[in-house]
Amino acid sequence: MKHLISVLVENKFGTLNRVASMFSARGFNLESISIGETEDPEISRMTIVTRGDDQIVSQVLKQLNRLIDTIKVTDLTRQPHVERELLLMTMKLSKATQHEIFELINVFKGKVVDIKQKSITIEVIGSPDKINTTIDIFRPYGIRELARSGAVAIHRGE
Amino acid sequence: MNGSEIFFECLRRENVEYIFGYPGGALLKVYETLYDVEDIKHILVRHEQGATHMAEGYARATGRPGVVLVTSGPGATNTVTGITNAYMDSSPMVIFTGQVPSSLIGNDAFQEADIVGITRPITKHNFLVKDVRELASTIQKAFFLATNGRPGPVLVDMPKDILNASCTFEWPESVDIRGFKPTIKCHQNQIEKAAHKIAEAKRPLLYIGGGVISSEASEELRKLAIELDIPVTMTLQGLGAFPASHPLSMGMLGMHGTFWANQAVNKCDLLIAVGARFDDRVTGRVDTFAPQAYKIHNDIDPTNVDKNVKVDLPIVGDAKNFLQGLLEAMPEKREKHDAWHAEILQWQEQCPMTYTVEEDSLKTEFVIDQVSRQTEGNAVVVTDVGQHQMWTSQYYRFNNPRSIITSGGLGTMGYGLPAAIGAAFGITDRPVVLFCGDGGFMMNIQELVTAVHYKIPVKIFLLNNSFLGMVRQWQELFHEEKYSFTDLEASNPDFLKVVDAFGCKAMRADTPAEAEAAIRTALDYNEGPVFVEFRVIKKDMVFPMVPAGGSISDMLLERLNPKTMV
Ligand SMILES: Cc1ncc(C[n+]2csc(CCOP(=O)(O)OP(=O)(O)O)c2C)c(N)n1
Ligand SMILES: [Mg+2]
Repeated sequence: MKHLISVLVENKFGTLNRVASMFSARGFNLESISIGETEDPEISRMTIVTRGDDQIVSQVLKQLNRLIDTIKVTDLTRQPHVERELLLMTMKLSKATQHEIFELINVFKGKVVDIKQKSITIEVIGSPDKINTTIDIFRPYGIRELARSGAVAIHRGE
Repeated sequence: MNGSEIFFECLRRENVEYIFGYPGGALLKVYETLYDVEDIKHILVRHEQGATHMAEGYARATGRPGVVLVTSGPGATNTVTGITNAYMDSSPMVIFTGQVPSSLIGNDAFQEADIVGITRPITKHNFLVKDVRELASTIQKAFFLATNGRPGPVLVDMPKDILNASCTFEWPESVDIRGFKPTIKCHQNQIEKAAHKIAEAKRPLLYIGGGVISSEASEELRKLAIELDIPVTMTLQGLGAFPASHPLSMGMLGMHGTFWANQAVNKCDLLIAVGARFDDRVTGRVDTFAPQAYKIHNDIDPTNVDKNVKVDLPIVGDAKNFLQGLLEAMPEKREKHDAWHAEILQWQEQCPMTYTVEEDSLKTEFVIDQVSRQTEGNAVVVTDVGQHQMWTSQYYRFNNPRSIITSGGLGTMGYGLPAAIGAAFGITDRPVVLFCGDGGFMMNIQELVTAVHYKIPVKIFLLNNSFLGMVRQWQELFHEEKYSFTDLEASNPDFLKVVDAFGCKAMRADTPAEAEAAIRTALDYNEGPVFVEFRVIKKDMVFPMVPAGGSISDMLLERLNPKTMV
């Protein structure tokens, strides 16, 4: 099953590499990884999406903990959390399709970030599932390019 | 102080005795400073791989971290095998590499290699020093990491400009790394639960790994095993943790373990694994490993728990703490194990470890047995990799911890000679003996210079079967006797002449009588290294054996003959 892991790491050069290469060296699945500074500039937060049965995920957590540059490892999967991903996507635009496209952007609570005569760039924020659906729905209109941020996640406050 | 002076001051603070090193451009400043250093001894090796194995041999024999110093680029990349070896066998080591000046890093500069990138997956941790003011604290952290928790190699990469730059020397009072807090103390509830299970067990077995040796817990193990009357089987790295001379010792388990140890694993109702990691060479087929046993597993590294074999009671913590705690927590009322011992005795009688001796030909088993007798199981024994290594585990009766120094996890041919030299730098009150194959000896033979130059009284016993013996054994058993590129007869050099040219005392033995005498002479000779070539029979094989992937209860006892599968 899918697991969402939040890792606080030292904000040092090479840390991302250490984590990513541990996944490849041990043959763990790494669906997405995102990283950014936290409120403390010496510490970054990584959000990792991985898949595996309980035994594998427990190894993933332990191996993450074992890295010297990781400070705290939390499996958010079974805890109250918020998970979001950002999608940026450029699509073809034509007279015939523009009406439908604008309507769909509204449905997905997306935003238009750029528009040209024959193309449109939008942003959508949501759970990775919602992002998947968004892409599926827009696919028939002709996607030129897309970029996903990978999931970021955090505990829900008390 | 400049960076180089800081470097040596740090080593002083860490009580470093020896550096195993080799100079080069990126280290010129360090070697300039070293010129006037007297309290720390620098040992000049002949290949950087040799330095790493020497440092590891020293570390394994003494328990203190081994220190390596090499230059950038090729010097650094030459250490990769030795670092991996130390990583796989959890040996404490600190490797210092010179690096091109900071301003040139990333430019494909002369002798630049991204050694921090290269060694990331084979070190416990590594550092690139970016500011001379961080040099001292980084070195302190490196030693701390290498020696605390599960030991391992740590690398510090030092750019040339950092070694030339100056700052005031500051040595932090203590080390605090927020991402590194190993669990040393075992959970009391878990210990009590384990004690309870042990008291109830009718057929308990202690399965002991190298962790017991690195945590210096042999005394605790001895007390516990004897007090509770529990037989002890050991992994290759665990040999010596419990004395072979004691009746409770079962010898090694696993692929080339004793028949009775493997049968005991198969039949025990309680398995207590301490500082061992259920390696595939030990378990064979995992789903048939100790099928009837309730499994307790103590290890300092949580990732070792439930990695290969699912256990019933995991206990993370230091082995010494575990064994001590267990002894204190044992209830008065316990099961007796007489029937269990009787069963084990039967297996011992069924398939004892024996070999035949002929007057005019020599076997490795005999040589090792002889050395074991003549040293009374008290030598520090180093091996290379191959058949002779497995025979060492079977026929040398280790009575003390830190007495087998062998490449277990990585199986590195060429490990033996430098590791033996390193061990002999650290240990001077017991003989240091090397058993080496004719294949592996050639892989780091250059270090003979080091042994001769520093007059290291290491006993080099070459078991020359004119074959890459272990590979030949598999070819014979499982690959239709196609001895593809394993026959060295035609190409091996005249070892006596080669060794003689290095300035090392050299002898040869072709019969049991000659072997016995040569071993005696070698053990008595202490002016420097001594070499004996034992020309042993070619087609001997290591038995018993569990074929790869087989169950350890199904051992091959002799040459392929279905009837001998038990
Ligand atoms: C560096 C390295 N290369 C290859 C191997 C594969 N290997 C394992 S044992 C062995 C044969 C060793 O032969 P020798 O040193 O003569 O020892 P013997 O088995 O004959 O005792 C080989 C080639 C290895 N373990 N290490
Ligand atoms: Mg050989």
